[in-house]
This record gives sequence, structure tokens and C-alpha cells, in this order.
Amino acid sequence: MLILNAMDQILYEAQRQGRISFYMTSFGEEAIIGSAAALDPKDQVFGQYREAGVLLQRGFTLEQFMNQCYSNEKDLGKGRQMPIHYGSKELHFQTISSPLATQIPQAAGAAYAMRREGSKQCAICYFGEGAASEGDFHAGLNMAATIGCPVIFYCRNNGYAISTPSIEQYRGDGIASRGIGYGIDTIRVDGNDIWAIYSATKAARQIAVEQNKPVLIEAMTYRVSHHSTSDDSSAYRSTKEVEDWSKRDNPISRMRAWLIGKDWWTKGEDAEITKAAKADVLRAFAAAEALKRPAIRHMFEDVYDQLPPELEREKAEIEALIKKYPDYYQVNEFGR
Amino acid sequence: MLLRLPRTMLLGSRLYSSIARLAPPRQQSRSYSASVDSSVEPIRGLDLGVAHSKLLLRTVASMRNNAELQAQGVSEGDSKKMNMCQAINDAMRHTLATDDTAVVFGEDVAFGGVFRCSVGLAEEFGNERIFNTPLTEQGIAGFAIGMAAMGHTAVAEIQFADYIFPAFDQIVNEAAKYRYRSGNEFNVGGLTIRAPCAAVGHGGHYHSQSPEAFFAHVPGLKVVVPRSPIQAKGLLLAAIRDPNPTLFFEPKILYRSAAEQVPTDDYVLPLSKAEVVRTGKDVTVVGYGAQMYALENAVQMIERDMPGVTCELIDLRTILPYDADTVAESVNKTGRLVVAHEAPRTQGFAAELAAEIQERCFLRLESPIERVCGLFVPHPLVFERFYMPCAVRSYEAIRRSLSY
Repeated sequence: MLILNAMDQILYEAQRQGRISFYMTSFGEEAIIGSAAALDPKDQVFGQYREAGVLLQRGFTLEQFMNQCYSNEKDLGKGRQMPIHYGSKELHFQTISSPLATQIPQAAGAAYAMRREGSKQCAICYFGEGAASEGDFHAGLNMAATIGCPVIFYCRNNGYAISTPSIEQYRGDGIASRGIGYGIDTIRVDGNDIWAIYSATKAARQIAVEQNKPVLIEAMTYRVSHHSTSDDSSAYRSTKEVEDWSKRDNPISRMRAWLIGKDWWTKGEDAEITKAAKADVLRAFAAAEALKRPAIRHMFEDVYDQLPPELEREKAEIEALIKKYPDYYQVNEFGR
Repeated sequence: MLLRLPRTMLLGSRLYSSIARLAPPRQQSRSYSASVDSSVEPIRGLDLGVAHSKLLLRTVASMRNNAELQAQGVSEGDSKKMNMCQAINDAMRHTLATDDTAVVFGEDVAFGGVFRCSVGLAEEFGNERIFNTPLTEQGIAGFAIGMAAMGHTAVAEIQFADYIFPAFDQIVNEAAKYRYRSGNEFNVGGLTIRAPCAAVGHGGHYHSQSPEAFFAHVPGLKVVVPRSPIQAKGLLLAAIRDPNPTLFFEPKILYRSAAEQVPTDDYVLPLSKAEVVRTGKDVTVVGYGAQMYALENAVQMIERDMPGVTCELIDLRTILPYDADTVAESVNKTGRLVVAHEAPRTQGFAAELAAEIQERCFLRLESPIERVCGLFVPHPLVFERFYMPCAVRSYEAIRRSLSY
């Protein structure tokens, strides 16, 4: 949680300084790491966009995070998407896409594939309480229930969808009440209590893989962050509200207090960790910034498994153009 | 004891005799039939439509002569008379038999499907592999994408192409971009979505649409439209096995009306390769799906009315990525192009083909490129005969092109 927090702080600043184009932080929602810890590493993750903690827990390196945010030549995504649209086949974390809730029926289908394989794996699907208003939420949960898919649906109810508070998002009893409607076993947990999340996810996983059916977890938390670097939430909520939440109910301070209570931690011990984390992040950051952008040919590849004739022609046209105007197209910034 | 007849039977017989007493219907022709009276000009004497088409390989001999089937090594093997829905059923059977990860799902597919394309599959392969989904096209598409993302083969059915629009976001924003956006970490090549499309005589707005143009605009997708049973089986197998997400639009009017001697073996036909089904020197005529039969008749009318003129008829087969080379090669020979499709003219696929060929063959063209398409109205019910790019409208367009 401390490493995530440190990375978020530095990358948020980087965007403010114009070094990366966009960023989203997980402030106040770091306890999501508990859900990742409760899974098998081969369980397939379908995220929305605020699950960097899950990817970090899985083993995505600081370098890999930075490379994606900088869209450099080492980015696994080959520079095609905005920052924070991470993905990793090795870590079984499906690449993030911007359209919300599309991952929900996809997770159900992926889980069905795993059920057919008999691999005893499951899928986990993260989404916010706002995305749960999309039609894909209804479609995905209903299909998972009727067809019988080992998938954990994990709703991060953090109180806001950009500026829209949850009272304007739904009128029923949160997202958990909907699970019952679909015939899905459902639990609501304290989303800032890392142990509650861990326990709930572990239990959910067991139900999912042993009974081949979905489980819905609604994790109640609070979005301390602005929605993204394109948002200034003081436009729709008071800074006092944010400060109060941060002080009163914050996953990191609660974990710290719990550890101190057990005599497994001392006050000030995390200062060292935070300092080391910041140094690691800055090192990875500098390295990522120094790299070139991906080679231009990567713009044309992977649209299909092979380049169709149309793309061969367009590629030739662009190559001729950049040969004629190399400075205009700033080709030196790109790799070969 | 009095025999008590059920009330409904009594009511029914009363209604029946009431109807029998009505005057005969105003129009003698069956209003919603797809057939036209061939004793009237300009089609006098011609045998129209798919029932009389020479494009279909009805005999074993004609099937054996097909170069593509020969290349696949199935032309000498067993064949069976199959209509298009049986051929599609056969393609799915081969898929399920050769690929353990393959599943078929959609609304009502388990009992055999509303068009019977999945008859017998659940009995043979089990209901873990052939299953019904709830009524949700966006869910069907998303679920299929998820399965394909895990490397499985998902053959999803959308009950009518008219209902594919709720799935548009999943298809365009997710499936099409899955490989590209992930830097090839992931892909959904195992995804195929099948949907019955196009006019059926009585479908109206929502059982007749041809939505191929919407999807032809999306990098990352493949779009295929077969014209016959042999084509449907081979192209569907190719589409399912192609490592890219593919949409397969099946002209529903051909399900029962088109029958050929279809090889029973496993075979594929090439995607992104147009087929010249009839050679000619004076004009290139391009279409796909059921439109091929209207175009065949139009060409017959032209060659009857303008002796010495021959038309080159091309079936595009794959709409995206399409085979512009074959069309350009033909237009470079003939100098004239007519493109036809049931979808509305404005922004329809013919517009793309016309722009591309105009660019490639500008100096060779002898006349403007003609587009014969559905009118720019929602597909109407009672007015369908005026809406459609029928043989007569296609004939008129080819005449205009030749007489320019």
C-alpha cells in the first residue's frame, strides 16, 4: 500500500509537470491489494482503471508501470493507449480499456472458459458503483448467474463517479442489493479494511471455483483522489470532506494502527519504507523518461494478426511522408 | 354422454367460416412473396431468382469442377444436397468436432435455433458446449469476447442482424481493438459472431437489415457475407478459424431457398478474396450475398437485350478487408463498374468500393460508377419491391453504365 501510494504521488506530480499526459491515483483505496492477495496468481483479472494495486501485488514492476505511463519503447502496450491502461499476459491481468463496464460480461465469459478447462481458476472483475449503472453490468451478472461462471464481481463503491455522488447514481441499497436480484451470493465489506477484503475474496473464490457460480462483493470505500488528473474535485466536494475521510477512515492508517496494536510495527517505521519506495519510483521514473517512443511501425501492427494490403499501403505512404518531413514528425523521438 | 368440444375449437370453426364468406383478397398476387410474375416486361421469359440460378452448384459434376474446392482437396469426396442453413450447421459441427474449446451460444440455439442452424448440435456435443443465453446481445458479445480472450473458440449467434446494435460497443470498442490496445499481449481471434441478415420478403424494418457498412468502418474486424451453401460452409469455417474477430452475416432468405451439392468433408474458402463468378468484357458488376441472384438476372437481361455485350460478375464475399485488387483488375479490363447491395445507398459499402476503384482506375473508367442500393428509407414492409436493388433496377443501372 505504501509503494502504491508513493508511486501515485510521484506520477500525479509528473502529469502536473507535463511529463506524462494523464494519470489516475488510488488514494484511499489501497486496500484493494487485499483482494489480489486472496487470489491464485493465475486467476484472470478484468479491471476498470483504479486497480494498479492489484497489478502491483501480482508483480508488475515499477519500471513496467512507468514505461506504460511514458508510452516508451518498453511499454508492453506499445504506446497505443493512454497512461494507466496497463495489461500483462504473464500476470494474467487483462489490458484496461476506457469504456466502462465492458469487462463485466467479458469476465463472465473468461470464467466460463476456465470452468470448461477444469483448471479450478476463477476470474475477478473490478468496477465502480458508477459503472454498475451500465447495461453491461446487468448483462454480465445475469449471464454469469444463469450459465454458471466462476467469477468474482468486485464493486469498488467509492462514493463518486467523477462528480456524481452515489445518491445520484442509484436509489436502491447500493450494488449489493442487485446481486440478490440475479440470484448471486453477495457480501458487502468494509473496503478500507484490508483483512475484511482479503477474507471476503478468499471465501468468494472458494464458492466460485467449487460451485462454478458467481459471487458479488461490494467494497465500501471512499475516493480520496480526484477522479483523474483531468479532474479537480474541489469543484463538487469540499476539501474538508476529503480531509475528514482521510483522517477517519484510511486503509493505510488503519493497517498501521492495527500492526502497532499487535506490536508488529513501530511508529515511524513506515517512514523508511516510504523513503525507499519514493527513491525506487524516482529511479524507475528517470529511466522510463529517458527511453525513446516505440518504433513507428508499431502503429500498423496488431490491428490484425497480419498486415492487410490496405495497411501495407498506408504504411508506405507514412514512411514516405516522414522521410520527406523528419523534423515536422519529430522522428528522432521514436525507436527504430 | 355429450362429447364436449373445447370452446376454442368451436370459436375457431366459427371464425373460419366467417373468413370463408369474405370476398377474395384485392391483390391476386401473394403480397409478401419474394417472387415476381415473369410474364411482364422487362423480365418476360426469364427464370428469375435463386431457384433458377446457374451460380449454384446443384449437381455433383458442377461441384467437382469448382477450382477452390479442388484446391482444398474435397471436390472428389462425398457431397450431400444441403441448403444454406444445413451447410452452416455442418460447418459448426466440424468446428465442434475438431476444436475442444469451441462452443456455440446465443438466444434459442439449444433447441436448434429460430432458423434451425444449430439443430442437433446440443444432442451431439452436449449443453455445456451448445447453450442458450439470456436475452442480451451486449452480454452475448461481451461473453464471447471473454472466452476468446482466454484462447477459446466462441461462436456467438445474434438472432437477427437487426439486433446487433446493443453489441456495437463490445464489437467496435472491445473486440476490434483487443489485440492492438494490449500490444498483442491478448487477442480475441477465436471470436466469431453469426447473424441472419437481409431482406426476406416480409421482414420490415427489424428483420431485414444489412448492417455490414457499420462494421466495415472498423479496423480490426473482419466481415463476411456468403451467397450459397458451399460458400457459407467454407467461409464460416475460415471465419471461425481466422485469428481475428469476424462477423458472419447470413442472408436469411437463402437458408432454405439455396441448395447445392456441398462437400461433407472439412474445407475452408479464402477470406478477403473476391470470386469472379461469370467472366465478361464490357462491364464489371459487383455484389454479395442474396444480391448475387438479382445481379445474375440483370446480367442475363443485359446480354439478351444488348447482344455481344458480356458482363463480368464478381461476388465480393469478404466485405472487410475486401479484395480491391480483383475488382480493380476487372475494371481495368472492362472500364465500367456497377456495385449493388441491399443496404441503403448513402454511406453504404458501395460508396467505399466506388471511391477506391475511382482512385485506382480513374483514367480507365468509361462511365461513372453506378451504385444500385436500397433506398435511403428504413427497410419498408409493403413497399419492399420498390426499396430493393432488384433485377430490374440493377439492369437499368448496368444499361446506364454501358450507354454513357
